[in-house]
Amino acid sequence: MTVMEEAIDECEIMAHRIRTDCLRVGALTGVNGAHFGGSLSLVEIMAVLYGGILNIDPLDPLAMARDRVILSKGHGALAMYAALKERSFVTDDELMTFKGNATFLYGHPSMNPAKGIEFSSGSLGLGLSLGLGVAMALQRRGNLTSRVFVIVGDGECNEGSIWEAATTAAHFAVGNLVCIVDQNGLQYDGPTREIQDMGDLEAKWRAFGWDSVTVDGHNVGALLAACQGARNSQRPTAIVARTVKGKGVSFMENDPAWHHARLSEEQLQRGLHELEGEGS
Amino acid sequence: MIRITAATTRMWSMLGSAGTFGQAALEFPELDDESLIMTADLRNFSGLDRFAQRYPERLINVGIAEQNMVGVAAGLASEGYNVFATTYATFASARSADAVRVNMGYMGLGVKLVGMASGFSVGVLGPTHMGLEDIAIMRSIPNITVISPADCSETVKAAIALVGHQGPAYLRLGGGVPHPVVNASDYDFKIGKAIFLREGHDVALVATGSVVSEALVAADLLSARGVSASVVNMHTLVPLDEVAIQAVARSSDLVVTLEEHSICGGLGSAVAESLAESGTHVRLSRLGVRGSYPHAGDYRHLLDQCGLTGERIADHVSQSLGIFPKQNSQALSVTR
Repeated sequence: MTVMEEAIDECEIMAHRIRTDCLRVGALTGVNGAHFGGSLSLVEIMAVLYGGILNIDPLDPLAMARDRVILSKGHGALAMYAALKERSFVTDDELMTFKGNATFLYGHPSMNPAKGIEFSSGSLGLGLSLGLGVAMALQRRGNLTSRVFVIVGDGECNEGSIWEAATTAAHFAVGNLVCIVDQNGLQYDGPTREIQDMGDLEAKWRAFGWDSVTVDGHNVGALLAACQGARNSQRPTAIVARTVKGKGVSFMENDPAWHHARLSEEQLQRGLHELEGEGS
Repeated sequence: MIRITAATTRMWSMLGSAGTFGQAALEFPELDDESLIMTADLRNFSGLDRFAQRYPERLINVGIAEQNMVGVAAGLASEGYNVFATTYATFASARSADAVRVNMGYMGLGVKLVGMASGFSVGVLGPTHMGLEDIAIMRSIPNITVISPADCSETVKAAIALVGHQGPAYLRLGGGVPHPVVNASDYDFKIGKAIFLREGHDVALVATGSVVSEALVAADLLSARGVSASVVNMHTLVPLDEVAIQAVARSSDLVVTLEEHSICGGLGSAVAESLAESGTHVRLSRLGVRGSYPHAGDYRHLLDQCGLTGERIADHVSQSLGIFPKQNSQALSVTR
């Protein structure tokens, strides 16, 4: 196998484990429920970042040379926590406390650098400005290797602050900033096209002065290539990742009801069974 | 190092508080090599034109995008930069409230946000540009130090103090131009420590920001009427100097709070809460903007409309204490 093929293989295996954890741990929230749809659409994005792209180290979580991640669509926290478990920032026991009363793993990420959670998020639209500031700081310090990855939702792109940040990032030629759009096509109230149609997102980012590509957000190889290629020194990069909300669990896919919902034991078993078939 | 002298005091007064901030900013890079200043298209209004010439690489102008500015400032602060960010008070607070809440309040990222033209500074522009709720917003968000200097010397003192301050802060600037001088000579400024400008025993005038000078005028007028007034410069709203409030409440028959701000959530509310929770029994009245947005008007006119000129304050106190008959029953409310 080539290096790239090996990397793809590893990320795919990691994605399968993250997806399984999303169901297993999400089900533990019981009546509180979890954001299954928007976590499952993120799985390959998380697997590629945490499995193949990010330079991070749980033994040195504040290393200057690390890459920085902001999950601006904070409701996808479960997928990020599962990915952090893959990189040993979080233990399985800790992961299983998700959304409990005394946990540090809130329903939306709460800043905890030792655990790999760089920033708090959850209020949509704020993460890109924050990531831009971090990226500008890295540039000022002459750090030419670290990159800042901000993950936003396509519904989140309704927020005007996203486009304020997009404008500023292009104006200051912040090339170490990468924005990944999890374009799962659904927002809380329904399909994004019906609720607030954002049109051609790839073209919008390009119009704002960014490098912009669209990829299949569940194709690990395509995501890896896009993230590796996001190294234009003069322009920030947007990666519009076309995804399926609830990806991998047939009864969740493309159903707005699974944006945030409770997973019964019977549904959990059905979901895990489907994933086992996919993973074998 | 910047010094408070008769000459600088006079010059700063003529510049007004925003222009004075720009002068103080020239010191920041010498005090902290990690200093940066951001603005949302108000570089010149913030008196930062000279700073921009001297330190072009340290000034980041994001255009008219205030919440974006707060987020970018927070990102820079998270990597160790000491970032001040300037815009109008109402856009720093009301418009950017969620960015302030999440980045500065919740995460505690140490942005020093500067809200200019608070109160009635640019009252001729109408209520969209009046800063009347900024203290209330900032005070209700945990972790944010809130400072409202009484004059331009104090603006310099507060700005310099904030360079060395850890954690998020809001610096509230306002007042007219020229800005009346409260502190003509050098003095000790400590965040969270109120300054007793006058000691009296009938009434305590507790003021913040640009109306502290009006409180001093009122105290002189009251003195001529045989009323002895304390004047407290409450330059820090968070943390509140509750010891000072208790001290004046115990020694006075009446406490009057003065602010170019809504009487909801600002200094008046803070003092009322402190007195009520401590079980201190003293009469309290809150002068400020009450119940509606004032009509547009120039600075002195709006102070008068809201009962915040020295004369209106003195009349209010006189009436409250029964010193002379009521002449103007509207002294307490905003005239429509």
